[in-house]
Amino acid sequence: MSNIEAAEVAAGPETERKDYGPAPSKAEPSRAGWGTRTVLALLCALWLIPVLGTLITSFRSESVANSSGWWRVLGNPAFTLTNYSTAWTDGQMGSAFLNSFAITLPAVFIPILVAAFAAYAFTFMQFPGRNFLFLLVVGLLVVPNYVAFGPVLNLYGKVGLGGQIPAVWLAHIGFGMSLAIYILRNYMATLPMTVIESAKIDGATHFQTFFRLVLPMSVPALASFAIFQFLWVWNDLFVALVFVGPGDNAPVTVGLNNLVGQQGNGWNFLSAGSFISMIVPLGIFLGMQRFFVRGLTAGAVKG
Amino acid sequence: MKLLSALLYVVVGIGAGVAVYWILNKIAELLPNKAEERVKPFLYILPAYLAISIYLIYPTIVTVFRSFQHQAGAEWQSVGLRNYTELLQSSDFRDALFNTVLWIIIVPALTVALGLAVATLADRLRPTSENLAKTVIFLPMAVSMVGASTVWKFVYAYNASPDSKDQVGLLNAVKTAVGGDPTPWLQNDTFHLNSLLLMVILLWSQVGYSMVLLSAAVKGVPVDTLEAARIDGASDRQIFFQVVVPQIKGTLVTVFVTVLISVMKIFDVVYVTTGGQFNTNVIGNAFFKMFNTNFDYGKSYAIVVMLMIAIIPVMIFQVRHFKQEEANL
Repeated sequence: MSNIEAAEVAAGPETERKDYGPAPSKAEPSRAGWGTRTVLALLCALWLIPVLGTLITSFRSESVANSSGWWRVLGNPAFTLTNYSTAWTDGQMGSAFLNSFAITLPAVFIPILVAAFAAYAFTFMQFPGRNFLFLLVVGLLVVPNYVAFGPVLNLYGKVGLGGQIPAVWLAHIGFGMSLAIYILRNYMATLPMTVIESAKIDGATHFQTFFRLVLPMSVPALASFAIFQFLWVWNDLFVALVFVGPGDNAPVTVGLNNLVGQQGNGWNFLSAGSFISMIVPLGIFLGMQRFFVRGLTAGAVKG
Repeated sequence: MKLLSALLYVVVGIGAGVAVYWILNKIAELLPNKAEERVKPFLYILPAYLAISIYLIYPTIVTVFRSFQHQAGAEWQSVGLRNYTELLQSSDFRDALFNTVLWIIIVPALTVALGLAVATLADRLRPTSENLAKTVIFLPMAVSMVGASTVWKFVYAYNASPDSKDQVGLLNAVKTAVGGDPTPWLQNDTFHLNSLLLMVILLWSQVGYSMVLLSAAVKGVPVDTLEAARIDGASDRQIFFQVVVPQIKGTLVTVFVTVLISVMKIFDVVYVTTGGQFNTNVIGNAFFKMFNTNFDYGKSYAIVVMLMIAIIPVMIFQVRHFKQEEANL
């Protein structure tokens, strides 16, 4: 388990480390004192306890969960899966779960190709206005996407897209485009020019160079953007709320917000709903921490 | 069914993308050689710019323009600066503004400080425990703000009925266990207590981000600078503040500004927990209410423009700083 370490290598300067033995810490060659350990242990407990409480509550029956604290489970361990099945069907988290995929997948994969082509043109082609057009992309990173909600919603109304699933992912493609071009161009600029030039000398067209050379070589940057965009879109509430709202096409974030907003939903039910909404990003986080961190670092400039 | 259509969208979307570029490429090849070389780059960037124009450039222009207008029926009337002046004079909006400033003052600084503390402390542990501690702190980063808000709303839950002996909310359980009376935490705005409790949610989710970036920076500090300081007789504290901190300043700024921007736009946490009631309203939520509940589009656009005016200098700084940091790597 050295995910975080791998992540650090990806995120910053490399550090040499062994898996065992005393940590070769530089600031403090002595081992961590009891003070340090206690503070960190407390902090970790503070960080985990709310999630743990929610997790336990999601498996308790309605009567128990709403009349006794989840920590009492130790005295009376009884678990049920009813909350999940109720949240999935009656709470409509099941259909919301599918909607989230339906929104996220196109929003992640479609912009990659479009942005990659633009990034290629900015990196490897000469044309008048190149610098200006690229600066425009960078400049638009600074515009908060709140500006788009009203005007785009009106536009959707005119073309009959309002409330439809593509309304959301199209919007996410538009909002993520500047960032994607920016990340990909910065990455492509570090690719070895000689390889691309020799391809040109060998008679490869731009089209071939792009698909056979540049795109495969840019996979790390594509992956960082994909992860960042996936989490951004999956976890987004605001864009989904504006463009589809609560209803048949709502994703898990909107679905969970509906459950929380309705009076009389017990904590057992809400807990199960929140875990349904969190399971996919948590899985990605635990499985792909390395790309995850890179994506986060790159996303620092998203407005 | 929806999933199937989503997969279909992906396949068709990507397929159509490839096809469009292939056709654009073919069209360019039909042109005489010189013209082809000239036109091609523009064809390559065309689809991307189409998306950017529809979703950012056009809306920005409309938003700025309409923020000086009021919608009466189907007609838009010019009202000059009235949207702005009325907003700034309304006490609701000023409260939201004040709360947002409170968030701005407290959250980014605390996030950086806590992240740096965890990064430095965890650095002294054995690698296995260090990884474990960091994974735990970093975990909430994967959770949506809605999920995080639900989890913490449960911690702050309040049970008013006198016949139930237990408080299911952790905070009230702790309070009653030490002999206090349960409190409806999120409704209590004395000293902005409820706003502070909402800030805890954002801290919980953002400290991991701050820690991961700062941890990488701390480990990147060259060992010889630390040893030189130690030979010169510097204490641990001096080494930390005078040798380590100056060398990771770039990362500190990046993290601070990133969190600052997300705090300026904060919406989800407040919307899910209190909906802006009990004096917890913030700008993001005020915008959504104006837009979605009051349907006063002119004013909602005015709010966005004000937000934009506040955010743009910060973002410009961030992009410049980001470029600089990249150049230094």
